[in-house]
Amino acid sequence: MKEIILKTESITKHFHDPVEFKVLDEISFEVYKGEFLTVIGKSGCGKSTLLYILSTMDTEFDGELFIDNQNISRWKQDKLAAIRNEKIGFVFQFHYLLGEFTCLKNVMIPALRLGKLPYDVIEEKAYQKLELLGLKDQALKPSSKLSGGQQQRVAIARALINDPLIIMGDEPTGNLDSMNTQNIFSIFKELTQEFGQTIIAVTHDQDFAKASDRTIEMQDGKIINQNYKFI
Amino acid sequence: MSVKKHPVNGEVAYTYIVSNKKLTMVAALGVTLGIAVFIFMNSMLAGFDKSSSEAFFKSIPHIRIYKDDEISKPIVNQSGKNIPVIVNPKVVPSNNTIVNPKQVIQLLKNQPDVALVTPQLTVGIFYNNAKTQISGRAIGILPEEANQMFNMESYVVEGNVNNLKNNINGILLGSGVAAKMNVREGDNISITSSVGMTKVMKVIGVFQTNNSVVDKTTAYVNIAFAQQLMKKNSSYITDINVNIKDYNKAKAYAPELAQLTNYKAEDWESANETYMAATRMRAIIIRFVSISILLVAGFGIYNILNMTVMQKINDIAILKAIGFNGRDVIRIFVSQALIIGLIGIVFGVLFASIMVAVLQNYYVGGDIGYFPIYFKLSNFLKGIFFGFAVTFLAGFIPARKAANIDPVSIFRK
Ligand SMILES: Nc1ncnc2c1ncn2[C@@H]1O[C@H](COP(=O)(O)OP(=O)(O)OP(=O)(O)O)[C@@H](O)[C@H]1O
Ligand SMILES: [Mg+2]
Repeated sequence: MKEIILKTESITKHFHDPVEFKVLDEISFEVYKGEFLTVIGKSGCGKSTLLYILSTMDTEFDGELFIDNQNISRWKQDKLAAIRNEKIGFVFQFHYLLGEFTCLKNVMIPALRLGKLPYDVIEEKAYQKLELLGLKDQALKPSSKLSGGQQQRVAIARALINDPLIIMGDEPTGNLDSMNTQNIFSIFKELTQEFGQTIIAVTHDQDFAKASDRTIEMQDGKIINQNYKFI
Repeated sequence: MSVKKHPVNGEVAYTYIVSNKKLTMVAALGVTLGIAVFIFMNSMLAGFDKSSSEAFFKSIPHIRIYKDDEISKPIVNQSGKNIPVIVNPKVVPSNNTIVNPKQVIQLLKNQPDVALVTPQLTVGIFYNNAKTQISGRAIGILPEEANQMFNMESYVVEGNVNNLKNNINGILLGSGVAAKMNVREGDNISITSSVGMTKVMKVIGVFQTNNSVVDKTTAYVNIAFAQQLMKKNSSYITDINVNIKDYNKAKAYAPELAQLTNYKAEDWESANETYMAATRMRAIIIRFVSISILLVAGFGIYNILNMTVMQKINDIAILKAIGFNGRDVIRIFVSQALIIGLIGIVFGVLFASIMVAVLQNYYVGGDIGYFPIYFKLSNFLKGIFFGFAVTFLAGFIPARKAANIDPVSIFRK
């Protein structure tokens, strides 16, 4: 049996504005260490909402959330920020970088915040991550000067910098051509297989989902299908 | 092994400042003007106070010790009795001299905070001019000591104070008296004291304090001569003048001397209550205006930082998503405010120093002389302190707002 890294117990969430609306309905599932999990479902079914909860940014929900064997459902904001910094890497649906900083700085900032490595080691590491994503030549450009796909790849590099336990992506390959998508897929595969990191990625790309270890399918805020081929 | 943590919050703040130079400059300029005006106005206030107290101490001591009039007390003790008593309090007729003045003077001189002590005797006199008489007063002094206390040399315009000592019949006239009597140094003048003694004196000098009441009525004579004018012996003294080390402490110190000597001790501020009230008013107005200007500068930074927070709302959401907590966000924006404040304060202090230095050497003329402005360290320190306090607050309020931003609500937009 594989080790559980993330678990939800009956997570339910409502939006009250403009009308009372149950966006997530009794979501319960487990994610294992080293698993490459994808989440699919129609637009508006609640994938992003779920991912924000899993990433600890959204704390307004009912039910329990366990990360790395700790029930973090009612933790304080500061403690959650520390968890995000150290254990979770996040790639947003719409690539979000700090526009006034270089790509390199954008990648370095989470590691500088963590403060576990000396500055030059972090810098070296950030270069490596950028190289992995084919962006070494863009390192010193301000991130606002990059194309959408390039920015998305910088965001992926940033998510990797602290070697997090879990990497969450909201359509991390949404803006990429098939070659880059393929590249990222193999990076994710390698991270899970070689380094035991866990990937949870929302995607609309059927091939991407099929090739992952397991796919959760959502509809109207519920899980309608979990494929347990991984265990 | 512990690693030296890179100040990432500071770096983010620095990057925001560098990439928004114009905004930074505008905010810093506001602080510069606020600080400069604050320091300048307070230096002016210090200058006014200094020049007016200097003017005071040309003729009055820090503390004057004298025997107060006594009011008669009812002979019958009426408390607890139902008998109506008619009382008519009056000033007790007794002379106003200090008993055994030498001993009292010695006692005062032994006090650690006392700098100078000198006796004084004031006599009411008439200056005789043909058939008319001008009333005035002669102040009997020990010339050397009085010169030390009041720096008389600085306002003697003709002759020399020290000649008083060598000339028992000498008199130092106020400029107004000299003009009315039409006398100058070396001339003779006749005076009559309030007890009817008439003497002919030799004018050894003329002084001008620019206080017209003093200049038109007062003359200085030797204290021994004043005693002769009163037909009294050499222990007849009405006032003992005391200067202490710090004249600002006179008000607090006077009661101690009163208790020590058993005479009334009046500090210079109480002696000039009306003038001091006007001075306090001036101080309040200047402080109020200068602090208002600092606050206006503070509002400037507040506005600009508020705008920055609004512009950077996406950045803040990202920073929070990647693990920065509320305190980190506050530090980022407060550092930004403090860097702006620091730039503003450095230039503000520079500006104020230049203004003070230039005005200090500006000759206004008249009684004032040089523009009364005074380079006082505490005003600069106050300016720097208030400058930082205002910028800190102006940064903290928007920063706290930024810290409470919910990243998810930003990402959903
Ligand atoms: N702040 C909000 N207030 C009210 N309703 C919201 C809010 N945010 C999202 N919703 C609704 O919640 C539902 C789920 O939204 P969510 O963004 O999770 O969908 P999604 O599955 O990620 O869709 P997509 O694939 O298009 O990204 C949608 O119907 C959306 O309209
Ligand atoms: Mg979505």
